[in-house]
Amino acid sequence: MDIGMILLELFYTFFVIGMFTFGGGYAMLSLIQTQVVTHHQWIAESTFTDILAISQMTPGPIGVNCATYVGYEVMAGNAEGSPLLGILGSFTATFAIVLPSFLIVLALAFLYQKIRKNRVFEGVMGFLRPAVVGLIGAAALILMFHVQWDGTPLFSRCDFQLIKENFIDWKSWLLLFGSAFASFKFHLNPILIIIGAGVLGLLLY
Amino acid sequence: MASLWNIFAVFAKIGAFTIGGGYAMIPLIQKELERRKWIDGKELPDIIAIAQSAPGVMGVNVAIFTGYRLRGFKGSLAAALGSILPSFFIMLAIAMLFTGYQENPIVIRIFSGIRPAVIALIAVPMVQMARKNNKSWWNWGISIATLFLVTFLNYSPIYILAVVLVIGTCITLFDESRRNKKKEGQ
Repeated sequence: MDIGMILLELFYTFFVIGMFTFGGGYAMLSLIQTQVVTHHQWIAESTFTDILAISQMTPGPIGVNCATYVGYEVMAGNAEGSPLLGILGSFTATFAIVLPSFLIVLALAFLYQKIRKNRVFEGVMGFLRPAVVGLIGAAALILMFHVQWDGTPLFSRCDFQLIKENFIDWKSWLLLFGSAFASFKFHLNPILIIIGAGVLGLLLY
Repeated sequence: MASLWNIFAVFAKIGAFTIGGGYAMIPLIQKELERRKWIDGKELPDIIAIAQSAPGVMGVNVAIFTGYRLRGFKGSLAAALGSILPSFFIMLAIAMLFTGYQENPIVIRIFSGIRPAVIALIAVPMVQMARKNNKSWWNWGISIATLFLVTFLNYSPIYILAVVLVIGTCITLFDESRRNKKKEGQ
């Protein structure tokens, strides 16, 4: 496939992601993941998990950071790639993911007084929010398991496999539950958790 | 009156100093904007609600909205660029450097520890959001159905959100019209 086509597809993919992300950065990650890892297979799960970690540690909105990195990786991370193409990919993905919300928020700022306290608007959001919760849960599960059906989904044998790159051994599970506990119970800063996990990884493996 | 450069600089500062994005940005946005009297205390919750309900990243949406209120279209452009550019350059630099180090044994060991933690850090906000938002059985139904369809049947989240949006709009409009009829009947 030629470069122009990939760039166009990159733009389209991230534009759609930007348009359909309701519920903030984490919801955006699940969309990026399903599009980039599962659908287009531009990036492997393990690489994507690394990108998530870096996006979380870097200043700025996590979803946009992730798009910037993924754009680079898609254009520079293969045999024909180069850093220059990577920069082009970064720019394309970042621009595309922000453009829809830019247009929509601009329209909302314009209509602000009218939609304020609108019952229909609130009602529709009541349906979207729970779906977003499910999406974020799926994002976590997809990074843990491969699910493959032998034939028709639901009516055939299901091949259910732990992703080995993300779960090397039992220590990985300790790190998972330890991090969840530290974040949930003690509201420890995500950056500190990631740095701590990195240090532990260096010591344990 | 705020100059375009001022708008750009303030949002660049907010973007460059919040790590993790999203909710971490709110206190900083509040401090910076109220100090400059760009918005008053009553306006902020509305701006945040709108930024959250519009698609995209909340921090960037707040910037776009506030920029528009201050200086119209040009203001929104300055604010958007300000909130995105610092992290864009930082991220790009990391992507360029990291690509050469992915095979490094020390980097591999560090990321062996980090990967499970990242998964936990995605799961925790989900639990918190569910506890805050899922108030009824049908809320949980939508959450669980979405989780199942995406994880096990590889449905695209975009497709699911579009379907939920259409069905949600229909049900809400139906409820509204029924409520209005009842009012007329009384």
